[in-house]
Amino acid sequence: MSPFSGALAPAAGEISARTASGSFTQIWLLIALPLLGAAILLLLGRRTNAWGHWVGVLMSAGSFAIAVSLFLAMRQESGGNRAFTQHLLQWISVGTFQVPFDLRIDQLSMVFVLLITGVGTLIHIYSVGYMSHDHDRRRFFGYLNLFVAAMLLLVLADNYLVLYVGWEGVGLASYLLIGFWFYKETAAVAAKKAFVVNRVGDVGLSVAVMLMFVTFGSVTFEGVLGNAPKASQTSLTLIGLALLLAACGKSAQFPLQSWLLDAMEGPTPVSALIHAATMVTAGVYLIARSNAIFNAAPTAQTAVIVIGAITLIMGAIIGCAKDDIKKALAGSTMSQIGYMVLAAGLGPIGYVFAIFHLLTHGFFKATMFLGAGSVMHGMNDQVNMRRFGALRTVMVLTTITFFAGYLAILGIPPFAGFYSKDKIIESAFAHSTLVGLVTLVGAAITAFYMTRLVAMTFLGKARWPDDAHPHESPAMMMIPVSILAVLSTVSGFLLLNNNWIVNWLEPVVGFEEPVLGFNVNILQYGTLAVVLVSAALGYVLYARRPVPEVAPVGSLLTQAARADLYGDAVNEAVFMRPGQYLTRFLVWFDSRVVDGAVNGTAALLGGLSGRARRTQNGFTRSYALTMLGGAALVIAALVLVRL
Amino acid sequence: MNPANYLYLSAILFSIGAVGVLVRRNAIVMFMCVELMLNACNLAFVSFSRINGNLDGQVIAFFVMVVAAAEVVVGLAIIMTIFRTRRSASVDEANLLKY
Repeated sequence: MSPFSGALAPAAGEISARTASGSFTQIWLLIALPLLGAAILLLLGRRTNAWGHWVGVLMSAGSFAIAVSLFLAMRQESGGNRAFTQHLLQWISVGTFQVPFDLRIDQLSMVFVLLITGVGTLIHIYSVGYMSHDHDRRRFFGYLNLFVAAMLLLVLADNYLVLYVGWEGVGLASYLLIGFWFYKETAAVAAKKAFVVNRVGDVGLSVAVMLMFVTFGSVTFEGVLGNAPKASQTSLTLIGLALLLAACGKSAQFPLQSWLLDAMEGPTPVSALIHAATMVTAGVYLIARSNAIFNAAPTAQTAVIVIGAITLIMGAIIGCAKDDIKKALAGSTMSQIGYMVLAAGLGPIGYVFAIFHLLTHGFFKATMFLGAGSVMHGMNDQVNMRRFGALRTVMVLTTITFFAGYLAILGIPPFAGFYSKDKIIESAFAHSTLVGLVTLVGAAITAFYMTRLVAMTFLGKARWPDDAHPHESPAMMMIPVSILAVLSTVSGFLLLNNNWIVNWLEPVVGFEEPVLGFNVNILQYGTLAVVLVSAALGYVLYARRPVPEVAPVGSLLTQAARADLYGDAVNEAVFMRPGQYLTRFLVWFDSRVVDGAVNGTAALLGGLSGRARRTQNGFTRSYALTMLGGAALVIAALVLVRL
Repeated sequence: MNPANYLYLSAILFSIGAVGVLVRRNAIVMFMCVELMLNACNLAFVSFSRINGNLDGQVIAFFVMVVAAAEVVVGLAIIMTIFRTRRSASVDEANLLKY
């Protein structure tokens, strides 16, 4: 029995689009509003301190309103006719190389726009409360609006070069927001680290764009993706791998994962919006958008699956050992994005579910991050879970909303994660048993570390510091969290109802029915059983037994996970130290060999002149002798020539 | 008499003058040696004039005498001044103008 109606449709996505007309001419407004907000807040400066945050909220909400109206208008169109492009200006025009500054909205962009503006607006509202004690709140909202504008440009671009602008824009906004409290050295260093590691991935994207230009003579989606099947296997594989590198940087995938954990130095709403719900999923968007390239390059697809699988397990293991609530959630984010990347690598059986999981993850992870922010708000910015415990007694609403997110990430029906994660596991098993088992193990570890997290935070006995007086957060913060919690609960069911998300995305990313060698129900119950056993283990270990306030030494694996599985150590050993040695060698080479040659020549000439100068000794008679000798030589020469 | 003998004499006188310039320290003696060299040259010029049968050498000998007279005027003035300031006419002691 197949619940999917799209099984017979073509597997590959379509990229043709119509020129926008009617209400679709408002596409540019989606980006312009938050950009205007950022300009007002950042350019007018302190004058907007009193009311600036409401400008930020308003611009984001306005963008969301337009997104909803566009979404409703798009639903009126038939499935294959939902893509629209809007020509803004001719950006680059060099001979035959034309890059228009075009925007494009189709089903894939649409869900992203709704996620970014929707979750973005909720987090803006939350931040009004969360940042109320920060004297720099206006600057925070300026950056937040800048981020929303850049992220919208990223998903609304109609060619890879405009996408690149958005890609760099979100990187900049991420850097500014991680380092928002730049007077803290850890925050400043973390911002720099995120920026540098992201640059490595950005090089991948720029290489991909150059390769596209060489291969296709164009960088537009239509020119590249439409001609992808005609290109050579080598070019497609190279482009695919370069795009994968870009995705690794932005989405914190192995081996460029190290920046995400440190990025938690930023304010918690930033962690929720940028480092959980939206920006870090840009890599998944890039792969899903470039589906025509990956479909035609199986080697690149395999690489995507391998990267996703490694990150999925790595992130989960790191999440198990962290005592910092935000870092544990960051490990979880890495792991969940690993799921999405893996699903995107599965090809047409996985793209839709990668995006589906991306949406539900955006909801439930934002819920949990904002919940963590609420906990920190009540606990004097304490992040060590070993000093939490029993917070359910004082923070009832936070606990309830957090549990909605918790059950969603575990994949307990009917919460959102059940639908999305189950589909990914199903597709993974349809691809191969090995990949399927990796996702299953990932689900088990996820259940363990999330149970550990909620048990240490909300259950058990109170281990609060003496000066902590935990209290529920204000309504300004809890209303957005509650809305997100409701979405975490129902979004999975609503989106998969009648296969809506599959039918919606299929025209863009293509879809094939995953075919399992056994009954789907066995897999579903099996997954659920594994998850429940793992969660029960976590409950017994961290809720029933007392949690020590000082972390025990732990096993070798625990120590490794606490050190981010030595990701930083490897980077230091492989890149930083040899780099330092190289620079030291080059400095030595420059000062000794290059400067040595120059200075040596000068010193040699100087020394010779010094010696030669000595012949001018002031003794008239020696001059006379020299003259005589010289005259004798001249005469001798003349005589010799004559002879 | 063979005019070449005058040339030999001229060469001997020139050599004596040159050696005198090189080995003596007293400025006055060096000066006299220089005069000796100049006059050896004059003798050579006049001899060549005789050998070749024209007056070019003799004319140049007159020029040399004029130059030598002018040189004596300037040179003796310098030597006098040096002697007055340093109470010595030794050229080796007047060696301040150097590297």
